Formats: sequence, C-alpha cells, structure tokens
Amino acid sequence: MAKNDLIGGSLWEQYSAKVSERMNDPRHRGEISEEEARALGARLVVADWGAESCGDAVRLYWAVDPKTDRILLAKFKSFGCGTAIASSDMMAELSLGKTVDEAMKITNIEVERSLRDDDGTPAIPPQKMHCSVMAYDVIKKAASIYKGVDIASLAEEDIVCECARVSLRTIQDVIRINDLKTVEEITQYTKAGAFCKSCIRPGGHEKRTHYLVDILRDTRAAMDRDQLALQAEARDFASMNLIQKHRAIEKALDEKIRPALAADGGSLEVVDIREAEGTAHVYIRYLGACRGCISSTRGTLQFIENMLHQELSASIRVIPL
Amino acid sequence: MERIYLDNNATTIVDPRVKEAMDPFFCRQYGNPNSLHGFGTEVHPAMRLAMDRLYAGIGAADDDDIVINSCACEGNNHVLLGVYFDLIRQGPRNEIVTTQVEHPCVRNACAFLESLGAKVTYMPVNGDGIVDAGTLRRHIHPDRTALVSVMWANNETGLVFPVRELAEVCRENGVLMHSDAVQAIGKVPVDVASVPVDFLTFSAHKFHGPKGIGGLFIRRGLKLTPLLHGGEQMGGRRAGTVNVAFLVGMGLAMEMAADNLAYEDSTVRRLRDRLEDAILAIPDTLVVGRRELRTPNTILASFRGIEGEAMIWDLNAAGVAASTGSACASESLEANPVFVAMGIDDELSHTSIRFSLSRFTTAEEIDRAAAVIRRSAERLRAISSTYDSVR
Repeated sequence: MAKNDLIGGSLWEQYSAKVSERMNDPRHRGEISEEEARALGARLVVADWGAESCGDAVRLYWAVDPKTDRILLAKFKSFGCGTAIASSDMMAELSLGKTVDEAMKITNIEVERSLRDDDGTPAIPPQKMHCSVMAYDVIKKAASIYKGVDIASLAEEDIVCECARVSLRTIQDVIRINDLKTVEEITQYTKAGAFCKSCIRPGGHEKRTHYLVDILRDTRAAMDRDQLALQAEARDFASMNLIQKHRAIEKALDEKIRPALAADGGSLEVVDIREAEGTAHVYIRYLGACRGCISSTRGTLQFIENMLHQELSASIRVIPL
Repeated sequence: MERIYLDNNATTIVDPRVKEAMDPFFCRQYGNPNSLHGFGTEVHPAMRLAMDRLYAGIGAADDDDIVINSCACEGNNHVLLGVYFDLIRQGPRNEIVTTQVEHPCVRNACAFLESLGAKVTYMPVNGDGIVDAGTLRRHIHPDRTALVSVMWANNETGLVFPVRELAEVCRENGVLMHSDAVQAIGKVPVDVASVPVDFLTFSAHKFHGPKGIGGLFIRRGLKLTPLLHGGEQMGGRRAGTVNVAFLVGMGLAMEMAADNLAYEDSTVRRLRDRLEDAILAIPDTLVVGRRELRTPNTILASFRGIEGEAMIWDLNAAGVAASTGSACASESLEANPVFVAMGIDDELSHTSIRFSLSRFTTAEEIDRAAAVIRRSAERLRAISSTYDSVR
C-alpha cells in the first residue's frame, strides 16, 4: 500500500493510446470467407478459443499459403473487453506475413509490448494482462488446425502463470535454486502471480491447473525429501542424522567390540545417544560378565571409546551407566 | 456533448438545494456542536431539523435512534460487528443469516466474522431473484440465529425484497433483523414504523445528498456495541465529531427523497420503462427481474454476444455512464448467483449492463442513451465471435 494504491486508478486510465485506438476501431476485425481464401490460393483456418461463459472468447481467421506456410491474411472476432479486442487485433497483425511456425512463437507478452506507446510503460494494467492471453492461445489452436495435430502436442511447456508466461519447470527451479520460501518471493523472481493473480491460490479470477501455493508446498516437500535422501548417502559421521549415527555405532560395536567382550562372557547395550555441542554422548549399559568388572570403567571403556574414534569419529564420548 | 448519467445506483448528483443548505456550515457556522460557546450551540437548530427530517423520512419514533455515521458501509459493519460482540461472542446464538446477493460490505464483514468463529448462512434467491419469507423460515433458527441481514433492494437488479414479511418472520422467531436500505431510500417507501426491522442503514449520496455521511437506525432500547470509541457523541453510540454541514444536507436530501417518491414511482418509472422498452427492442436482449418487483429506476440488461465492459467502454466514449457487475478484471469469474437462481443462461453472466436513473434524468437523455446503446450493440456484435453462433 502506498499513496497511489489508496485511491486506486481507473483501469482505463492505464490503457495506452494504442489499446484505445484498437478497441475503438480494430484494423483486423472481421471474417475471411472460403472464397476469399481460395482467391488468394490459400487455405482457410478458423480457430475458436474461450467461451462466453468464461468472459472472453476469440475467433481467428487465417488464409495460409499451403506451399510456403505463410499467413497471407489474418482477421479476428472477439467477445471480450477492450483489452481482449485490442490484443486480438494486434495478435492478428503480428501473425500477418509470418509462417505458421513463426506465428506460433508470438506470445501475449509480445502482443502487450507491441501495444505500448513507449517501451517503459505497460500498455495495460496488471489485472488486465490475462485478457491478452487468449491472443496467444488462439494462435496455438489455429496452428494445430493447420498442421492437423492435437493442440496438446504443441504445448511445449506446462504454463502456470499465463499472464507472465511462466512455466511449472521455471517456478520449481527458482524455488530450489534460490531456496524460496514464500509466494511473494516467487512473484519477485519470476513475475508469476503479479498480474491477474489467478495462479496464486484457488478462488481467484479463474480456475487454474496449478497454483503457486501448491507448487511452493510440493517443491519444498520435495526439497526436504531430497535432503533426506542425500543424508541417507552420508558416509561421514558428523553429517549423519541420529538414526544413522545409532546404526553406525551399533555396527561398529557388533564388528569390533562385542566379539571381544563376548570372549570374556560379557556384552553391552546402547541406552541412548545424545548430541551436545558437536559431541555424540553414547550412553551404554554393560551386560553379563562386564557388569561390575573393575575394568569396565577404565581399560574396557577406553578400548570402546578408542575403537569408536577410530571407526567413526573423534567426537564420540562413551558414558557407562 | 452533454454527458448522460445513468449510474445513479453507484452515486447521485447532489441536489443543488442540498448544496445550498449545507453552505452556511462551512465558513460561517463552523462550530463544533459539542462546544459550550455560541459557535457550538448556534448549529444545534439546523442539526435538530436535519434529525427531524431523517426520523420523518423513515418513520422512526422519537425513542428510536438514528446514529449519524459516514456511510451505509460503516452502518452495516457496525450492526454485524456489534451483534457479534453483544450476542455471538457470548453464545449460544452464533449464527448470522444473510443472502448470497448482499453488497460486498455485508458479505465481506460476514466473512470476517466467520474468521472469528461466527457461523454465517447465505440464503439463495428464488426464481424472482429475491429471498422470500419461506426461504427465511427454512434457514432461521430461533435458538441459535443472532441476526438476519437482508437488503431492502438489490444494487444490481433493483429487485425489492419483501422486508416486511422477512422482518415478521424474525419477530416470530425472536431474532434481530437488519436491512441495508441504501438502494431503497428515495426509490420505494421505507417505513420502520410499519416494518419491524431492528436495524436499518443508508447513505446520503444515494439520494442526492453528499458522499461520506449516512445513518444507522436502531430500534428503541436495543444494545449495540459501538464500532468507534471516543467521545460521547451520538449518545455514546458513535464517537467522532458530527459532520454538521453534511448532516444538514442529508436531512434535506431525505425529506426531498420522501417527497419525491410519487415522482419516482410515476415519472422516473415511466422513463425507466421507456429505456427498457428501447433496450428490449434490440434483438437478443433481456432484462433481469419483473418490472413491478424492481425499484422504479433500475435496469439490469443483458446483451447476448457483448462483454459488459466492452459496452461500458463504448457508452462512455459516447458520453453515457452506466456500469457492469461483470467486469472481466473483477476478482472472480464465477457465475452471478442472481442469474443462476433465476435460471438465466450462465453464458450471459458477462454480458450485463446496469442502467440506473434518478429524478434528474430527462426524457431527452433517455432517447439519446437508447440510440447510443443500440449503436454500441450493433458495433460490438459485428466484432463478436460468439454472437453469430448464438443466432
């Protein structure tokens, strides 16, 4: 919150002049008929995206030269707000003269940039960014129709934030690499969630497949698991967790100590391991002949401790009970 | 080009006579009414007159209270939070019953109380778009409902709720009843003498008074923990120096609103119907709610194939101000609960435009607006990707 947020601006005040112009008089509105396409020696492609019940819908018409895959004519129709109409118009314009493969590289971000009056000022306010996303989606759809493939086969990435075009993979990576702990940090690093905010958590502007809160939680959980798995590989005593230390100590006792004690009819058991200031305190209880043996607090104890130092770590103290 | 203002459910022009009545209280009689000296006391007669006008305007009795506050939003919060502190937090009544179509200031205050542990039931509207007494009977619990809050008239549709019957159901069940009358004052009769509500809220700027002042009616003797603590203004019900000039303005505006009810019901209604007929003459349009169930000034129209904000854009460019409840940048794209309840195609949820008139609207404005609306509908349908397919 700050001075400008308290009163709040009007959405429309934040539109560029280009957005207003194209809303008032879209240059590429309209349809392409089969006859027109035929006259150009082109194939007609008609792609629909969105639905009236979702608040936005767009239909893209392309006349594509089948020999060169070049888009000779592009028109659109749109059910949507000013941003949706202006960005559909710009999208049609940007696709003109490109091959279908080139057109597929047009994103909503490029559409928005092309609608700016000057480079430094966004063409539309953040909460309107999602209205430009359709322009990207409908191109994909048109390309899939032209190529005769399923649209899913053209989706190279799993997009979480449509407005800023941030993929699931990117978000997972920045969380891991930068050890991010909050959604706000994800937004700072990637811009995901900075615009219409639908992708932050369920219950926003529109339903999404992925939400940042879930990705953060799942990625953090995966990071914890990886950390544990890494530890399972731990070979050096200091980096082991308590269970691993216990296991290592028991193993050393079984291999190096208990057989020697057994030769004299004794044994020992580990009662507890407590860690303090980098030292593992191993509490043991003697069994059998070792109990009450005079050496058990001197020579035998020294032997046990030396053996553990040698096998595992110098930071082990053995305390008989 | 003279602009045409058809967004009177959002706010209204201050009546020039109201402005004139307020004028002396800025630079001449500017005293604090709580002061002992002449500057303070000289404003009292005008304040008393304003209070008399407010009481008369809604039919309040002398031993009822009308707490002067900043707006209906404050009044609604005061009622809901006050009842929470007085009843819900003490138990065993822990439930508020309201509707799915209240203004956000009621809905969000309820959501806040839910976060504090209150239980809130949101009643659906019926096929007419209103909540009827039968629905309330099914949701009210005499042993655990603390408050029922139902608006007098809906801001989007203009549909008037049967508050008298609802209040009687509350009385029968011994439950407190609040009504947000912000869209009703000046449009339909609001009379707390014959409608047994316990709390009622309004804002001056919806009936040609200034913004930033409103009133909260509290039935005689009812306790309601204050929202604002401080001085002893408003008999301890609301601290803060009273905005004398605005109170004077609101008083006069209330009197004129009451006096204008007949004009509202005849002339404004006739102009509204004229605009509505012109809209319905455009193919594939509909208006939500039966005319006789609505405030006389409101039309919620739907234009197939046209996104609401796009039409508002066109109308604004032609100097006509209206509004849409379906702005695509709004927080949620969920279907409008009124549309769902009334069985209106959810395809139309994003195509609605609200036109709301006032006693300042003229026939000439209505005819010009109708032409602008028709032109915009034609232009946007020519661009629309969904319109030809629906035809």
